[in-house]
Amino acid sequence: MSRPGRDDAPDRLYTLTGGRSRPAADVSFDLVSLVVAESDPAPGMPSEHAAILRMCARPTAVVEVAAELGLPVSIVRVLLSDLLVQGRIGARHPRSAASPHRLPDPDILEQVLVGLRNL
Amino acid sequence: MDSATSEPPGGRAELAAGADNGLKIVIVGGFGAGKTTLVRSVSEIRPLNTEETMTQAGRGVDELADLDGVRGKTSTTVAFDFGRITLDARNVLYLFGAPGQERFWFLWDRLFSGTLGAVVLVDTRRLADSWYAIDRLEQHGTPFIVAHNDFGGPPHTLEQLREALDLDPEVPLVRCDARDRESSKNVLIALVEHLRTLYARQTSPSSPPVPQEAAP
Repeated sequence: MSRPGRDDAPDRLYTLTGGRSRPAADVSFDLVSLVVAESDPAPGMPSEHAAILRMCARPTAVVEVAAELGLPVSIVRVLLSDLLVQGRIGARHPRSAASPHRLPDPDILEQVLVGLRNL
Repeated sequence: MDSATSEPPGGRAELAAGADNGLKIVIVGGFGAGKTTLVRSVSEIRPLNTEETMTQAGRGVDELADLDGVRGKTSTTVAFDFGRITLDARNVLYLFGAPGQERFWFLWDRLFSGTLGAVVLVDTRRLADSWYAIDRLEQHGTPFIVAHNDFGGPPHTLEQLREALDLDPEVPLVRCDARDRESSKNVLIALVEHLRTLYARQTSPSSPPVPQEAAP
């Protein structure tokens, strides 16, 4: 399962975030929150930030951003919160994930069923 | 293992500009039960792999409060596969393949909260891998169905399987071929129909429980 050069020392990934392990903003990015770029990459910006802005020209889920960047989700959440604070991205959070123990809204379930049957 | 960074020429399949609601379903099962195969058969993108870094101290602790421990303790990295289904112009469904063994459960608690429900994919050659997953889903109150991925091994009736898994009579049990798109799609539909039944029962507590047995 290991990827050479990364899994051997995950701690050093935190150099990307200046040692921070939690997001700056008071927001929680769900795995499936959809990220949308609000600005173009700017010269001199960290390459990960620029990559995220390019990737998110169209809505892109947090987990897809992580996979595309080849970075752990927790690191990506920190990068995204930085971009959100700077107003460079917007986030569309899932409507059905408010509570882990609550059943999803029947309207949402109906939309999911219709979508699946149309596949 | 697929690399997350080597995309095929032509780039990613993009979501509609108006997509604004991400939904989650988790597929859980033991090694080799066919989780990634199922995700692959219905996903509109090649299943991607990503990972999460967390500390052992993070077990059982909610959200990100534990990650401070990363400075002083050894981190561990867990990988998981996922795929995507665009349901309509606004809704997009993500399928996550997650290992079912006990040592991975801390990953579930943290990453998969808010999931619509779960599919336990059962390989009859490794039933024990399913027991733990079913126990945990019941404890968590996460709605789930069980799907028997039929590899054409020794035949088991669904009744035998239900008994072997000590499955609640109300939990749907279906047979599938995870390699087949229609079959995998029907597993997801069975889960969502089960959720709808549970919701209807929750909102009308006086009605009797409806036993479910999905057709093979």
